[in-house]
Amino acid sequence: MLQEIPAGFCFVLSGVLFTIGAIGAILRRNVIVVFMCIELMLNAVNLVFIAAAKALSSMDGSVFVFFIMTVAAVEAAVGLAIFVMVFRLQNTVNPYEINLLKG
Amino acid sequence: MDIASFKVIVFIIAALVAVATSVLMVTRKNPVHSALWMIVTFFAVAVIYLLLNAQFIAVAQVMVYAGAIMMLILFVIMLVHMERGEEGEAGKARRSAKTRIAWALLTIVLFVEVLFGALFFRMTGRIGAYPAEMVNKVGNVKTIGSLLYGQYLFPFEIASILLLVGIVGAVVIVKRK
Repeated sequence: MLQEIPAGFCFVLSGVLFTIGAIGAILRRNVIVVFMCIELMLNAVNLVFIAAAKALSSMDGSVFVFFIMTVAAVEAAVGLAIFVMVFRLQNTVNPYEINLLKG
Repeated sequence: MDIASFKVIVFIIAALVAVATSVLMVTRKNPVHSALWMIVTFFAVAVIYLLLNAQFIAVAQVMVYAGAIMMLILFVIMLVHMERGEEGEAGKARRSAKTRIAWALLTIVLFVEVLFGALFFRMTGRIGAYPAEMVNKVGNVKTIGSLLYGQYLFPFEIASILLLVGIVGAVVIVKRK
Protein backbone atom coordinates (compact mmCIF):
# COMPACT_ATOMS: atom_id res chain seq x y z
CA MET A 1 0.00 0.00 0.00
CA LEU A 2 1.12 3.53 -0.67
CA GLN A 3 2.64 5.21 2.36
CA GLU A 4 2.43 8.74 0.97
CA ILE A 5 1.04 10.42 -2.11
CA PRO A 6 3.62 9.89 -4.88
CA ALA A 7 5.17 13.08 -6.23
CA GLY A 8 4.32 11.95 -9.77
CA PHE A 9 0.57 12.27 -9.06
CA CYS A 10 1.05 15.88 -8.01
CA PHE A 11 3.21 16.62 -11.06
CA VAL A 12 0.56 15.19 -13.39
CA LEU A 13 -2.21 17.18 -11.66
CA SER A 14 -0.09 20.31 -11.87
CA GLY A 15 0.53 19.73 -15.58
CA VAL A 16 -3.20 19.33 -16.19
CA LEU A 17 -4.02 22.54 -14.30
CA PHE A 18 -1.24 24.44 -16.08
CA THR A 19 -2.46 23.26 -19.49
CA ILE A 20 -6.05 24.24 -18.72
CA GLY A 21 -4.83 27.68 -17.62
CA ALA A 22 -2.64 28.11 -20.70
CA ILE A 23 -5.42 27.09 -23.10
CA GLY A 24 -7.82 29.43 -21.33
CA ALA A 25 -5.33 32.29 -21.52
CA ILE A 26 -4.92 31.67 -25.26
CA LEU A 27 -8.57 31.14 -26.19
CA ARG A 28 -10.57 33.53 -23.99
CA ARG A 29 -11.28 37.08 -25.13
CA ASN A 30 -11.89 38.72 -21.78
CA VAL A 31 -8.88 40.24 -20.04
CA ILE A 32 -10.13 39.39 -16.57
CA VAL A 33 -10.70 35.72 -17.41
CA VAL A 34 -7.24 35.64 -19.04
CA PHE A 35 -5.89 37.09 -15.80
CA MET A 36 -7.62 34.36 -13.76
CA CYS A 37 -6.10 31.74 -16.07
CA ILE A 38 -2.66 33.19 -15.35
CA GLU A 39 -3.39 32.89 -11.62
CA LEU A 40 -4.34 29.24 -12.21
CA MET A 41 -1.00 28.64 -13.95
CA LEU A 42 0.85 30.23 -11.02
CA ASN A 43 -1.06 27.91 -8.70
CA ALA A 44 -0.02 24.85 -10.72
CA VAL A 45 3.62 25.91 -10.39
CA ASN A 46 3.14 26.35 -6.63
CA LEU A 47 1.84 22.78 -6.46
CA VAL A 48 5.01 21.48 -8.15
CA PHE A 49 7.15 23.42 -5.66
CA ILE A 50 5.31 21.93 -2.68
CA ALA A 51 5.29 18.38 -4.08
CA ALA A 52 9.00 18.44 -4.94
CA ALA A 53 9.88 19.93 -1.55
CA LYS A 54 7.88 17.15 0.12
CA ALA A 55 9.61 14.47 -1.92
CA LEU A 56 13.05 15.90 -1.07
CA SER A 57 12.02 16.62 2.56
CA SER A 58 13.05 20.25 2.15
CA MET A 59 11.38 23.43 3.40
CA ASP A 60 12.52 25.73 0.59
CA GLY A 61 9.43 24.89 -1.47
CA SER A 62 7.11 26.49 1.09
CA VAL A 63 9.30 29.60 1.32
CA PHE A 64 9.38 30.01 -2.46
CA VAL A 65 5.62 29.53 -2.70
CA PHE A 66 5.27 32.27 -0.09
CA PHE A 67 7.26 34.64 -2.31
CA ILE A 68 5.30 33.60 -5.42
CA MET A 69 2.07 34.42 -3.56
CA THR A 70 3.44 37.86 -2.68
CA VAL A 71 4.28 38.53 -6.32
CA ALA A 72 0.87 37.23 -7.41
CA ALA A 73 -0.89 39.61 -5.00
CA VAL A 74 1.10 42.60 -6.28
CA GLU A 75 0.45 41.51 -9.86
CA ALA A 76 -3.29 41.29 -9.15
CA ALA A 77 -3.39 44.79 -7.66
CA VAL A 78 -1.43 46.47 -10.47
CA GLY A 79 -3.00 44.42 -13.27
CA LEU A 80 -6.56 45.10 -12.16
CA ALA A 81 -5.73 48.81 -11.81
CA ILE A 82 -4.51 48.76 -15.42
CA PHE A 83 -7.73 47.00 -16.53
CA VAL A 84 -9.88 49.60 -14.80
CA MET A 85 -7.90 52.40 -16.47
CA VAL A 86 -8.04 50.77 -19.92
CA PHE A 87 -11.79 50.16 -19.60
CA ARG A 88 -12.26 53.80 -18.66
CA LEU A 89 -10.32 54.94 -21.74
CA GLN A 90 -11.41 52.38 -24.36
CA ASN A 91 -14.64 50.89 -23.00
CA THR A 92 -13.69 47.30 -23.88
CA VAL A 93 -12.45 44.18 -22.09
CA ASN A 94 -11.35 42.38 -25.27
CA PRO A 95 -7.54 42.11 -25.21
CA TYR A 96 -7.47 42.06 -29.01
CA GLU A 97 -9.10 45.50 -29.22
CA ILE A 98 -6.85 47.18 -26.66
CA ASN A 99 -4.21 49.04 -28.66
CA LEU A 100 -3.38 52.11 -26.58
CA LEU A 101 0.34 51.72 -27.18
CA LYS A 102 0.03 51.49 -30.96
CA GLY A 103 1.13 54.75 -32.57
CA MET B 1 -9.31 1.73 6.24
CA ASP B 2 -5.78 2.79 7.04
CA ILE B 3 -4.63 6.38 6.93
CA ALA B 4 -2.47 6.08 3.78
CA SER B 5 -5.26 4.88 1.51
CA PHE B 6 -7.55 7.51 3.04
CA LYS B 7 -5.00 10.17 2.05
CA VAL B 8 -4.84 8.85 -1.49
CA ILE B 9 -8.64 8.85 -1.78
CA VAL B 10 -8.83 12.43 -0.51
CA PHE B 11 -6.09 13.40 -2.97
CA ILE B 12 -7.93 11.87 -5.91
CA ILE B 13 -11.21 13.58 -4.97
CA ALA B 14 -9.49 16.96 -4.53
CA ALA B 15 -7.62 16.54 -7.82
CA LEU B 16 -10.82 15.72 -9.70
CA VAL B 17 -12.58 18.71 -8.14
CA ALA B 18 -9.65 20.99 -9.05
CA VAL B 19 -9.56 19.84 -12.68
CA ALA B 20 -13.35 19.94 -13.12
CA THR B 21 -13.75 23.41 -11.61
CA SER B 22 -10.81 24.83 -13.57
CA VAL B 23 -12.38 23.52 -16.78
CA LEU B 24 -15.66 25.15 -15.72
CA MET B 25 -13.74 28.36 -14.95
CA VAL B 26 -12.30 28.45 -18.47
CA THR B 27 -15.54 27.59 -20.25
CA ARG B 28 -18.12 29.79 -18.47
CA LYS B 29 -19.28 32.81 -20.49
CA ASN B 30 -20.12 34.97 -17.48
CA PRO B 31 -16.91 36.21 -15.81
CA VAL B 32 -18.58 36.21 -12.38
CA HIS B 33 -19.28 32.47 -12.71
CA SER B 34 -15.66 31.90 -13.77
CA ALA B 35 -14.42 33.76 -10.71
CA LEU B 36 -16.64 31.71 -8.38
CA TRP B 37 -15.48 28.39 -9.90
CA MET B 38 -11.91 29.64 -9.57
CA ILE B 39 -12.45 30.01 -5.81
CA VAL B 40 -13.50 26.33 -5.64
CA THR B 41 -10.32 25.39 -7.55
CA PHE B 42 -8.21 27.29 -5.02
CA PHE B 43 -9.89 25.47 -2.13
CA ALA B 44 -9.26 22.08 -3.78
CA VAL B 45 -5.58 22.95 -4.27
CA ALA B 46 -5.44 24.05 -0.62
CA VAL B 47 -6.68 20.57 0.38
CA ILE B 48 -3.83 19.05 -1.65
CA TYR B 49 -1.34 21.34 0.13
CA LEU B 50 -2.68 20.02 3.43
CA LEU B 51 -2.13 16.45 2.25
CA LEU B 52 1.43 17.37 1.25
CA ASN B 53 2.13 18.54 4.81
CA ALA B 54 2.29 22.27 3.98
CA GLN B 55 -0.28 23.66 6.42
CA PHE B 56 0.99 27.24 6.36
CA ILE B 57 0.85 27.40 2.57
CA ALA B 58 -2.65 25.88 2.57
CA VAL B 59 -3.96 28.58 4.92
CA ALA B 60 -2.10 31.30 3.00
CA GLN B 61 -3.63 29.96 -0.23
CA VAL B 62 -7.14 30.29 1.17
CA MET B 63 -6.46 33.74 2.61
CA VAL B 64 -4.42 35.29 -0.22
CA TYR B 65 -5.87 33.65 -3.32
CA ALA B 66 -9.42 32.65 -2.41
CA GLY B 67 -9.84 35.64 -0.11
CA ALA B 68 -7.89 38.67 -1.29
CA ILE B 69 -7.15 38.16 -4.98
CA MET B 70 -10.53 36.71 -5.96
CA MET B 71 -12.30 39.42 -3.96
CA LEU B 72 -10.31 42.00 -5.93
CA ILE B 73 -11.13 40.30 -9.24
CA LEU B 74 -14.85 40.07 -8.41
CA PHE B 75 -14.78 43.72 -7.38
CA VAL B 76 -13.26 44.75 -10.70
CA ILE B 77 -15.69 42.55 -12.67
CA MET B 78 -18.60 44.33 -11.02
CA LEU B 79 -16.94 47.75 -11.38
CA VAL B 80 -16.23 47.20 -15.08
CA HIS B 81 -19.72 46.14 -16.07
CA MET B 82 -19.29 43.40 -18.63
CA GLU B 83 -22.80 42.82 -19.91
CA ARG B 84 -21.36 43.16 -23.41
CA GLY B 85 -18.82 40.58 -22.36
CA GLU B 86 -16.44 39.24 -24.92
CA GLU B 87 -19.03 38.65 -27.61
CA GLY B 88 -18.82 42.20 -28.93
CA GLU B 89 -15.97 41.03 -31.09
CA ALA B 90 -14.66 42.75 -34.18
CA GLY B 91 -13.79 41.03 -37.44
CA LYS B 92 -10.13 41.30 -36.50
CA ALA B 93 -10.58 39.12 -33.44
CA ARG B 94 -12.56 36.55 -35.40
CA ARG B 95 -9.83 36.31 -38.00
CA SER B 96 -7.24 35.40 -35.37
CA ALA B 97 -9.40 32.58 -33.93
CA LYS B 98 -7.78 29.88 -36.10
CA THR B 99 -4.30 30.98 -35.04
CA ARG B 100 -5.28 30.87 -31.40
CA ILE B 101 -6.76 27.37 -31.72
CA ALA B 102 -3.52 26.26 -33.36
CA TRP B 103 -1.56 27.61 -30.38
CA ALA B 104 -3.93 25.80 -28.00
CA LEU B 105 -3.29 22.51 -29.83
CA LEU B 106 0.45 23.14 -29.54
CA THR B 107 -0.07 23.63 -25.80
CA ILE B 108 -1.71 20.20 -25.63
CA VAL B 109 1.32 18.67 -27.39
CA LEU B 110 3.55 20.30 -24.78
CA PHE B 111 1.25 18.90 -22.06
CA VAL B 112 1.75 15.36 -23.38
CA GLU B 113 5.49 15.89 -23.12
CA VAL B 114 5.09 17.10 -19.53
CA LEU B 115 2.98 14.01 -18.83
CA PHE B 116 5.76 11.72 -20.05
CA GLY B 117 8.23 13.67 -17.94
CA ALA B 118 6.04 13.35 -14.85
CA LEU B 119 5.48 9.63 -15.34
CA PHE B 120 9.06 8.60 -16.03
CA PHE B 121 11.05 11.09 -13.94
CA ARG B 122 13.77 10.21 -11.47
CA MET B 123 13.99 12.54 -8.51
CA THR B 124 17.45 14.06 -8.35
CA GLY B 125 18.82 16.65 -5.97
CA ARG B 126 20.00 16.57 -2.41
CA ILE B 127 17.70 15.44 0.37
CA GLY B 128 16.95 18.45 2.57
CA ALA B 129 17.25 18.81 6.30
CA TYR B 130 13.50 18.97 7.05
CA PRO B 131 11.83 15.53 7.06
CA ALA B 132 8.11 15.56 7.78
CA GLU B 133 8.35 14.07 11.30
CA MET B 134 10.82 16.74 12.43
CA VAL B 135 8.78 19.57 10.93
CA ASN B 136 5.62 18.24 12.56
CA LYS B 137 7.40 18.10 15.93
CA VAL B 138 8.49 21.74 15.74
CA GLY B 139 5.47 22.99 13.83
CA ASN B 140 5.14 23.92 10.18
CA VAL B 141 4.55 27.64 10.71
CA LYS B 142 7.41 27.93 13.19
CA THR B 143 9.83 26.26 10.77
CA ILE B 144 8.84 28.54 7.87
CA GLY B 145 8.97 31.56 10.14
CA SER B 146 12.48 30.83 11.34
CA LEU B 147 13.58 30.31 7.72
CA LEU B 148 11.92 33.54 6.55
CA TYR B 149 13.46 35.62 9.31
CA GLY B 150 16.82 33.84 9.13
CA GLN B 151 18.13 32.44 5.87
CA TYR B 152 15.65 34.30 3.66
CA LEU B 153 15.56 37.64 5.48
CA PHE B 154 16.76 39.74 2.54
CA PRO B 155 14.28 38.32 -0.03
CA PHE B 156 11.56 38.80 2.60
CA GLU B 157 12.38 42.49 2.91
CA ILE B 158 12.50 42.82 -0.89
CA ALA B 159 9.03 41.23 -1.01
CA SER B 160 7.70 43.79 1.45
CA ILE B 161 9.16 46.63 -0.65
CA LEU B 162 7.54 45.04 -3.72
CA LEU B 163 4.17 45.08 -1.95
CA LEU B 164 4.63 48.76 -1.06
CA VAL B 165 5.52 49.61 -4.68
CA GLY B 166 2.47 47.65 -5.84
CA ILE B 167 0.14 49.60 -3.54
CA VAL B 168 1.53 52.95 -4.67
CA GLY B 169 1.53 51.88 -8.33
CA ALA B 170 -2.10 50.75 -8.24
CA VAL B 171 -3.19 54.06 -6.70
CA VAL B 172 -1.17 56.11 -9.21
CA ILE B 173 -2.47 54.15 -12.21
CA VAL B 174 -6.17 54.56 -11.42
CA LYS B 175 -5.94 58.19 -10.27
CA ARG B 176 -7.78 60.56 -12.58
CA LYS B 177 -5.75 63.42 -13.99
